[in-house]
Amino acid sequence: MQTAIGQPNFISILFFGIFIFFTLMVTYWAAKKTKTAAEYYAAGRTVTGFQNGMALAGDYMSAASFLGIAGMVSLKGYDGMIYATGWLVGWPALMFLIAEPLRNLGKFTFADVVAFRLKQTPIRIAGAIGGILVVLAYTIAQMVGSGSLIKLMFGIPYEAAEIIVGCVMLAYVLFGGMLATTWVQIIKACLLLFGVTVLLFLGLAKFGFNPGNVYGAVQNLPQIGDEMLRPGGLVTNPLDAISLGLALMLGLLGLPHILMRFFTVPNAQEARKSVAYATTFIGYFYCIIPVVGFMAAVLVGKDLIAKVDKGGNMAALLLSELLGGTPFMGFIAAVAFATILAVVAGLTLAAASALSHDIFMSVFRKGQASEAEQVKIARIAVVIFGIVAILLGILFKGQNVAFMVGLAFAIAASGNFPALFLSIVWKKYTTAGAVASILIGSVSATVLIILSPTVWVDVFKFKEAIFPLKNPAIVSMTLSFICGIVASYMFPDKEAEQKFEDEKLRTYLGVGAE
Amino acid sequence: MAKSVHDIVNSPKFKRLVTTRWSVSFFLTFLLFVVYYGYILLIAYNKEFLAEKVGVYTNYGIIFGVLVIVLSWVLTFIYVIWANYSYDKKVEELKKEIR
Repeated sequence: MQTAIGQPNFISILFFGIFIFFTLMVTYWAAKKTKTAAEYYAAGRTVTGFQNGMALAGDYMSAASFLGIAGMVSLKGYDGMIYATGWLVGWPALMFLIAEPLRNLGKFTFADVVAFRLKQTPIRIAGAIGGILVVLAYTIAQMVGSGSLIKLMFGIPYEAAEIIVGCVMLAYVLFGGMLATTWVQIIKACLLLFGVTVLLFLGLAKFGFNPGNVYGAVQNLPQIGDEMLRPGGLVTNPLDAISLGLALMLGLLGLPHILMRFFTVPNAQEARKSVAYATTFIGYFYCIIPVVGFMAAVLVGKDLIAKVDKGGNMAALLLSELLGGTPFMGFIAAVAFATILAVVAGLTLAAASALSHDIFMSVFRKGQASEAEQVKIARIAVVIFGIVAILLGILFKGQNVAFMVGLAFAIAASGNFPALFLSIVWKKYTTAGAVASILIGSVSATVLIILSPTVWVDVFKFKEAIFPLKNPAIVSMTLSFICGIVASYMFPDKEAEQKFEDEKLRTYLGVGAE
Repeated sequence: MAKSVHDIVNSPKFKRLVTTRWSVSFFLTFLLFVVYYGYILLIAYNKEFLAEKVGVYTNYGIIFGVLVIVLSWVLTFIYVIWANYSYDKKVEELKKEIR
């Protein structure tokens, strides 16, 4: 099969142009409605549960999970499916443990919740450090991944791809704030879900609309057939698998760009609805992607998929080309591009809110600034982070950054999540405890991942890793909880304990929630 | 009659609301752990079983993989239904006492 992947493709550019035009129109509309801080950071809290569910799905489903998991399934088979399940299980946990209290207690960032009854300055600084570390790691992974993907899909040079992504994303966030970002994410989620559904139907039509026949055809592939349908090498060390599972599940509960979305809905009920819708869309997506991967393995073939890209990232695109010709492939490629933009926009807004709301407003200004000034500071922070994102993307070109997503989830699960959770449920939690949780959790997760096989062996090429587990969450998260609790007992805080009654009223009843 | 924050938070009704909320949450989280880690540990310890065929071509591994996603979704909706029908009503009742 001949493929047009990697060549500038008219249809693709057309679809992409339409997407850019349309989303910039939305941004123009959003910019006119964005004047106050609450409008800039939280879309004026006017987003409905359904819309927020869509936007959460758009914020979360990255190009890496769309193209990457389909590719992994097409080359390695069943192991890709194990990977896919891990990405969903955080959502129910987010619902049960965090979503509603978060909405009731917070204003713009998750640090608002931790700082509710604790000392502003130390918590804001620690929260911003934890938040920005997570966002930075996640952004590097997204930017580097997007540069390579865009280069593969359209043949645009890597650096140019970084600059295009950076500038378009900046336009959304800078002018339209959260409202524009929300709508870009909603549009992207619709396009992505529509795209994979069409891909699934066109593919299944070749198998009599019976997924069983797909597995049958995989089974009958010469040589590799049997291996493709059974677990391979992904889960060998159970402790490692448990640790990775913890990071994926509870890390979601500490991702600033996801948590931030909960402040866009008017109340806790809508926050609850958002998670329910998001889980539905994301679950549907992760059910379909492995089937797409298996169909690519059968119809396109492992050899061609691996020839176009060693990691298999082009499997879904090759399948779309085979099934719907160059126009459909162009459409799917444009969707993948849109996917990248929406995710990076969400990350940028989260980083900017940590810089401007947590650090500048709360630490330097002690909460005293006019609405116009707050929005101005937020916009400056957006530009700074946007430029940093582009530079980091270019700096890390060609580096192995696969561990960065794991790092983001590990820091989120070990630093932000314990602090957020304990501050909601534990009366005796203090400023010292929260700072200890966030800093010790984040630092230990980072250090341990550097000493782990993922970086020490795979990136630095040492023979043996100092820390045996690929993902450190089981150790670093436990450490964070223990340090948080010990520090709280060592430095008790009567005032914080007294304020816990007010906090409880707001946590459970939503009284006084913004 | 309006009650103070202290009275409300320490009323048996409010305490019951909080206890019930976390019992439901932790129980569902526990079930989620059982579902997900059950699947992961099955992969770690019994790959042969997962490779066994259920139908003509589909095997236990594929069924369980999809089942983890479906059950996660089901647990989420159990929570929503509980919260909509039970939690929200009690919250409204307590809020009325404040006013």
